[in-house]
Amino acid sequence: MFETLSDKLQRVFKNLRGEGRLTEENMGPTLEEIRLALLEADVNHQIVDDLLGHIRQRALGTEVMTSLSPAEQVVKILRDELLGLLGGGDAARLNVKASQPPAVILMAGLQGSGKTTTSTKLAVWLRKRGHRPMLVSVDVYRPAARDQLAVLAKETSTPIFVGEQIMEKAGEAAGTATVLELAKTARREAFSNGCDVLIVDTAGRLHVDESLMSEMRQLKQTLNPGEILFVADAMIGQDAVHSAQAFHQQLSITGVVLTKMDGDSRGGAALSIRRITGQPIKFIGISERPDGLDVFHPDRIVGRILGMGDILGLIERAEEVVDKKKAAELEKKLRTDGFTLDDFRDQLRQIRKLGPLENVLKMLPRIGPFQDMQKMSGQVDEKQIGRVEAIINSMTAEERQHHQVINGSRRKRIAQGSGTSVQEVNQVLKQYVQMRKMFKSVSSSSFMSRRLMNMRLPGQQ
Amino acid sequence: MIQTLFGTPKKPGFFERIQEKMSDAVQKTKDNLVNRVDEILGNRTEVSPELLRQLEAALIGADVGARTAAEIVTKVRQRAEQDQTTGAGQVRQIIKDELVRILEAAGVPPQSAPAGDPFVLLMVGVNGAGKTTSIGKLTQRYKNEGNSVLLCAADTFRAAAIEQLEVWGKRTGTEVIRQKQGADPSAVLFDAISAAKARGIDFVIVDTAGRLHTKTNLMQELSKMRRTAQRLVPSAPHETLLVLDATTGQNGLQQARQFTEAAGVTGLVVSKLDGTARGGIVVAIAREMNLPVRYVGTGEKLDDMIPFDARQFVDALFGEDRASAA
Repeated sequence: MFETLSDKLQRVFKNLRGEGRLTEENMGPTLEEIRLALLEADVNHQIVDDLLGHIRQRALGTEVMTSLSPAEQVVKILRDELLGLLGGGDAARLNVKASQPPAVILMAGLQGSGKTTTSTKLAVWLRKRGHRPMLVSVDVYRPAARDQLAVLAKETSTPIFVGEQIMEKAGEAAGTATVLELAKTARREAFSNGCDVLIVDTAGRLHVDESLMSEMRQLKQTLNPGEILFVADAMIGQDAVHSAQAFHQQLSITGVVLTKMDGDSRGGAALSIRRITGQPIKFIGISERPDGLDVFHPDRIVGRILGMGDILGLIERAEEVVDKKKAAELEKKLRTDGFTLDDFRDQLRQIRKLGPLENVLKMLPRIGPFQDMQKMSGQVDEKQIGRVEAIINSMTAEERQHHQVINGSRRKRIAQGSGTSVQEVNQVLKQYVQMRKMFKSVSSSSFMSRRLMNMRLPGQQ
Repeated sequence: MIQTLFGTPKKPGFFERIQEKMSDAVQKTKDNLVNRVDEILGNRTEVSPELLRQLEAALIGADVGARTAAEIVTKVRQRAEQDQTTGAGQVRQIIKDELVRILEAAGVPPQSAPAGDPFVLLMVGVNGAGKTTSIGKLTQRYKNEGNSVLLCAADTFRAAAIEQLEVWGKRTGTEVIRQKQGADPSAVLFDAISAAKARGIDFVIVDTAGRLHTKTNLMQELSKMRRTAQRLVPSAPHETLLVLDATTGQNGLQQARQFTEAAGVTGLVVSKLDGTARGGIVVAIAREMNLPVRYVGTGEKLDDMIPFDARQFVDALFGEDRASAA
C-alpha cells in the first residue's frame, strides 16, 4: 500500500540531494512534486495546500540550520506533518467497556465499503483478546446481506443473532422499525448469552439519504454504542471528506476503519478522513481472510509512506503466528542435524500462516536490499508455495531426511506424484540446498530475524 | 450513442427521463465542481495564473486527476494567450469541450454476438464496487428491450453472493445458473453459456467475485473465465464491463489498467453516482485507457441505470440541457 506515493516522494528527495540548504528556489519544484504526489494519492486538495504551507514555512524557517541534509530535513518535516495529521504515534484503542454489558459497536458507512467483512474481522480480533462478541446484521435492505453475515459468523464460529421471527413478521415491509427491533432484541440476546460486545452491521447508505441517516441516528439513540466506526474504502477519492464529515456530523463517529488496504491505493483517504473528523483511524483491513484486520499505527503508516517499511508490524505478526516452541526446537535441531526437507516444509507452513505473502512483503522497507522484494510482491503466487509443499509431500521420509538420494528417476516420480514437472522439482531442491547452506552460516542468536530476511521465496525464480 | 446502442427510444419521453436522471445524478457533482468554477470565474475578464491554479484545483477536487486537470488548464492558458483576453463564458466552454472530447474519443461500440450465439457480458470489479446490483439493473434494462437474459452466478467466493444474485433474478424474473459456494467460476460460466446456447437466450450476464486488481492469482482466474467462454462462443465475451464506484479516486486508473490486462475490459459502469461523489476519474480513465463509460448507476431502484452519454454528462455537469447546448 502507498507504494506509489513512496516511490514519488523518494524521487523527489533524490532530486533534493546535493543541495546545500533549503531555499525558496530549490524548494519550489520539490513542493510541487510533493503536491502532485499527495494529490495523486487522493489526499484532499485543501489538506494538501495546508500541508504544503506548513512544510514551506518550517523548512525555510529556523530549522534550516540543523545538521541534517536538505533531503533528510524535508523527509523529517513531511514525516512530522503527516504524523501530526494522523494524530501522533500511538495506536488508538477500542472502547468495549460498558457499565451494562454488552458494549455496542455500531458499524456505519457507504455501500460496498466493507462493513460486513469488517464486522466479522472485528469479532475475530476481539475474541483473540478474550472478549465474547456477538454479531447482528440490521441490513434489511441489501439482498442477502444478512445471509452474508450469517455465513461469515458460521465460518468463524462467532455467535450471531439472526432474528428469523422478526424478519418473517416484517416480511416485505421490513424497514426502520424492523431494524430497531432487531438491534434491541440482539442486545438482550447478547446479554443473556453472556456476550460482552455486540457488533451491529448496518446497511450501506449514502450520507445524503435523509431517511436512512435518520434510521442511523435512531439506532444510535436506542443502543447507546460505545463505538461508532465509520468504515471507508481506502480507494475513495476526493469525496472522502464529504461522506466522512456528513457521517460524523450526524452520528459523532468514534473511529474509522480503512478497508481494502491490501490493494495498491495510495490511501490519501486516511489523511483526509482523519483531518476532517478529528477521529482516529483505528483499524485497517488487509486481506479477505477473517484475521485480515490490523490495528492502525500512524507512525508505521507514515513510515510506509516515506519508504521506511513496517518491520514492527511484520515482527508483531510473526510473533502472533509462529510457534515459538517449534522454532526453538528447530533451532536446536539445526545445530545438531542440519536443515532437512521436513524442516523446509515446516517453514513454508509457518510462512503461510503469516498471511498472504504479498502483504508480508509489503511490510518490508522500500529501500536498500528490500527494494526488489517489494517489486516481487505483485508477482508472488500464493499457490506456488502450495506446489512446493506438494512436491515435498510427494517425497518419501527417507528422501526428506537425506536429499542426496533423490536421483533422476526419483525426481520423475516426485514430479508425477505432485502434479508438477521435473524442472520444478529441481528448482525446489536447488532452493533447499541454498537455504541449507545459509542456515549453516547463521549464528543462532539472531536466527529468527535473519531467517525472515534472507529467505528466498519459493514462488520466485 | 443511445440510438446506436439500443435503437430508437420506445416510449415517448424516454429521453427526457434519462436527462432528468442524469441531471439528478450529477447534481451533486455539479454543486461542487460548477459552483466552484463559477465562483472562480466570476466576472473576470482575463485568465490570471491564480485563476488557472484554482481551476486546476477544482478539477482535481472532482477526482479528474492531476494530469488531466493540468492538460485542460494548459489548453485554457493557450487559448487565453491566443485571444489576449478570455471571458468566463469562454473558459467554461473550453473546459466543457475538452471534457466532452476526452470522453467521446474513448472506446468503440461493443461487438454483437453472431446469430444463434448468446451475447456474453462479463461484469468485473473490486470488492464492493456494485457489480451485483448493476447486473440486476442491467438485466431489467435488457428485458425491457425485449431480450431474454440468463444470469450466471460466478461469484462463488463471497459469502451469500449467489443468494444476492438470486434475489435480483427473482425481482427481474430471470433464471440464475448457479453451483455451490466455492465452485470453480469457470465451471459455472461453462454451464451458463451451454444453457443459453441450448435455449437460444440473447444475453448471458456473468457476476464475478470482487477482487483487488493487485491479486495476481485472482486476476488470472478472470483470464481463465475468458478462455472458457471462448471455447463455447469463440467471439465471447462480447463485452467486459468494469464496475467502478463513483467515489473512487485516482486508484480507479490502476483498476482500469489491471482489469483490462487480465480481463480485456471494453467499457465502464459507474455506480453510486447519486451521492456527492463526482465521478471525475471517468475522464482520466477515458483519456489514459481509452475506455468509454457505458452505463451510470444512479440509485437503488431496478430502473436506476442509464446509458452514458458524454455530451449529456458534461452538459448536466454544467447545468445545461442538451437542446441549448446543441
